[in-house]
Amino acid sequence: MSGSTVTRADLSEAVYQEVGLSRNESSELVEDVLDEISVALVAGETVKISSFGSFAVRQKGERVGRNPKTGEEVPILPRRVLVFRASHVLKNRINQG
Amino acid sequence: MTKSELIQRLAERNPHLTHKDVERIVSTVFEEIAAALARGDRVELRGFGAFAVKHREARTGRNPRTGEQVEVEEKSVPFFKTGKQLRERLNIG
Repeated sequence: MSGSTVTRADLSEAVYQEVGLSRNESSELVEDVLDEISVALVAGETVKISSFGSFAVRQKGERVGRNPKTGEEVPILPRRVLVFRASHVLKNRINQG
Repeated sequence: MTKSELIQRLAERNPHLTHKDVERIVSTVFEEIAAALARGDRVELRGFGAFAVKHREARTGRNPRTGEQVEVEEKSVPFFKTGKQLRERLNIG
């Protein structure tokens, strides 16, 4: 485990190396990929990427929470949350030594 | 939306690119993320979210149906935390 962090810049660089678009265009395309996924999720769609995993939007109902510092009860409003489920392919890959 | 639909939508948005190129772009993005996680790296995509790997120690589990004890090996599991901006976008309107 190296513990370093991969960012957009690394993804753009990989697209640049792999596809042969300009650096600028490569980074725009990485952004487009993330944006298309976001748009679909905001529209309530599930996004399934085979051999990687799926992103789904889940509706949460209102519940009573508590401010841990003051102990005061506060309502947690109903909201939509995103859940990611890794595919078996990805899970297995992460566990191969 | 599936991966092929994602490719389709991106191709429509980028008519100057071949379908093959768009396919390679999408595959490269997910391949890089998967490879990073396999190395134990974190992937941080501001505004979208962050992928990381959490380590789980070996433990003695129990088959909930039979009550039988089973040894669960140590493993690493991927998880995703939604970025602030996307979380907010999911909750407007």
